[in-house]
Amino acid sequence: MAKLEEYIPIVGQSIIDDLKLLAKRLEGKCVQHINSTAVGGGVAEILTRAVPLLNEMGLNTKWDVIKGGQEFFEVTKKFHNCLHGRAEEITQRDFDIFMESSEANIRMLNTYGDIVFVHDPQPIALVKKRSENKWLWRCHIDVSNPNQKVWKFLMDFIVNYDSAVFSAPSFSQRLPIRQFLISPSIDPLSDKNKELPQELIDSILRKYEIKKDKPIITQISRFDRLKDPIGVIQAYLQVKKYIDCQLILAGGSASDDPEGMQVLEEVQEKAKQDPDIHILLLPQNDIEVNALQRASDVIIQKSIKEGFGLTVAEALWKAKPVVASNVGGIPLQIKHKYSGLLCHSIDGAAFAIKQLLHSPAYAKKLGENGRENVRNNFLLTRHLKEYMLLFLSLYHTEDVVKL
Amino acid sequence: MELAKAKETFRFHTRLHLTELTGLRATNLTQLSGLIKEVPGSCIYHHTHRFLQQHQYLSPEPPNDFAYWVTEILGEDELGEMLSSIDTIKYSTIRSLRERITDTIDDYLKSNPLSKMKFARTGEEFHFIKSVSFILPTDYSASDLKEFLDILKKVTIDSIYFHIFESRLRLEKNDNDFSNWIRTSIGNNLLADKISKLDPYTHTLEGLRDNLVSMIERELAR
Repeated sequence: MAKLEEYIPIVGQSIIDDLKLLAKRLEGKCVQHINSTAVGGGVAEILTRAVPLLNEMGLNTKWDVIKGGQEFFEVTKKFHNCLHGRAEEITQRDFDIFMESSEANIRMLNTYGDIVFVHDPQPIALVKKRSENKWLWRCHIDVSNPNQKVWKFLMDFIVNYDSAVFSAPSFSQRLPIRQFLISPSIDPLSDKNKELPQELIDSILRKYEIKKDKPIITQISRFDRLKDPIGVIQAYLQVKKYIDCQLILAGGSASDDPEGMQVLEEVQEKAKQDPDIHILLLPQNDIEVNALQRASDVIIQKSIKEGFGLTVAEALWKAKPVVASNVGGIPLQIKHKYSGLLCHSIDGAAFAIKQLLHSPAYAKKLGENGRENVRNNFLLTRHLKEYMLLFLSLYHTEDVVKL
Repeated sequence: MELAKAKETFRFHTRLHLTELTGLRATNLTQLSGLIKEVPGSCIYHHTHRFLQQHQYLSPEPPNDFAYWVTEILGEDELGEMLSSIDTIKYSTIRSLRERITDTIDDYLKSNPLSKMKFARTGEEFHFIKSVSFILPTDYSASDLKEFLDILKKVTIDSIYFHIFESRLRLEKNDNDFSNWIRTSIGNNLLADKISKLDPYTHTLEGLRDNLVSMIERELAR
């Protein structure tokens, strides 16, 4: 795992100095993170990298995971879909299953932290255990249009926290507690984002029989209708009428997701006439994803719905020009025409791709601006800084805090 | 020429901010103006200064969130231009800046009543956000202009930002901290005036640092 000093060449000494200044102000406090899984998913990914760095700074940081059976996680998956606005039937039995597991966790899990930091809805009921310590709830999902039945159920717990944290302004709701905006982040030193030697990038292209003889357009996403892979192919075909180019659609394995397999088949069917469309299944291969992004001329993220869309930050960090839908957290990462191009339709996406391929100097400028935007706003170091400010805000209620 | 020792050392501070959500949102100009009148000063401060910190790599525009939203989302270019050209440096309090913004919108709506009919699409509403500032002393302090220059070259842009923008407007001091110290502790009114006259809103933060550095270098070379 990367050490704090390894970030100095990327963000500068002074940013690291600021982090240490903040950690000193939290001396003696213990921060306990609680979520529902130790591996897999964005929350675990961020905690895996953040917890050792916070400890290295001297902030006593712990991470505990709740327990739950299959039934419990099926219910929380339903909650997740409902909070994203998807129509799902929720019954009283679902709420009962949720509460049974929650009560077991309340009995078993020691909430010893001076600050207890609960991530996502699965462990939310632990707040029933609160004593004199401080409690934070971090919502990592898009709740801009939640199913009201589930949201109301969660509200009974949310109001007992000191503060809540969301990833985008549009996810915020009117709440009786303080709520903060903290965007997720990417780690510039992870396999997915670190610099790669050109030979390695070339060898990965050879492995997938992709030649560099024409511009490469890429979307990295799992095969999911919400990522609109068919729309991406349609946009590519429109561009192809004018510019000879190729398309890579690459994403994780969909074998455990029946709908995903169906989407993959549809995509393969749509792509089979055109040898310049490369459909790649990359099960959790971060280095290969990194290489494909770096080999691309334009990166596209044509999602219909998006939590935050960190693949956009990953592409921008590689100084790539990006065309992305104006949904979820994407407009936070791209200011249209400054650090990328936003689109609302297949036609709009095709037009933007053509613009970028025809104007390499413009594309380069957008990519460079995008990289600086990520450096300033979406790297792990900014995330750590905001987490520590969040912890400090629990002890200060004013808008200007003199420490 | 011997360097003047400062009467008082200058302690560099830094300002780190956390973004607080209010849950308030506007979908058209009438709502925007109404909410601008009601929200806490920390919201006005956030939306008129956020770009300076988050988009410091851009050459200076766009200067404030209101102008950006009005132009890009509502397509009201003329009002957007009026809002972006508000001379923020002229206002020494958030209250006066707030009044200028709402007067600009309200006057525009009087002359262009049809603009009241334009609504943002779902997902493109204007979300009101507050800036919570944490001000911390850094380990750097200067007792003469040369030391000041050396530190200025290496402090974070958050520190420069605090002493130039936040201290003047949010803490309602009349001048920026650098000019104030150079005038009262170093006794160099000419240099202090030059720095006061800079319009920091038309620079990127790194551009501002470069400007300050070259002004002081020229002064030290005299």
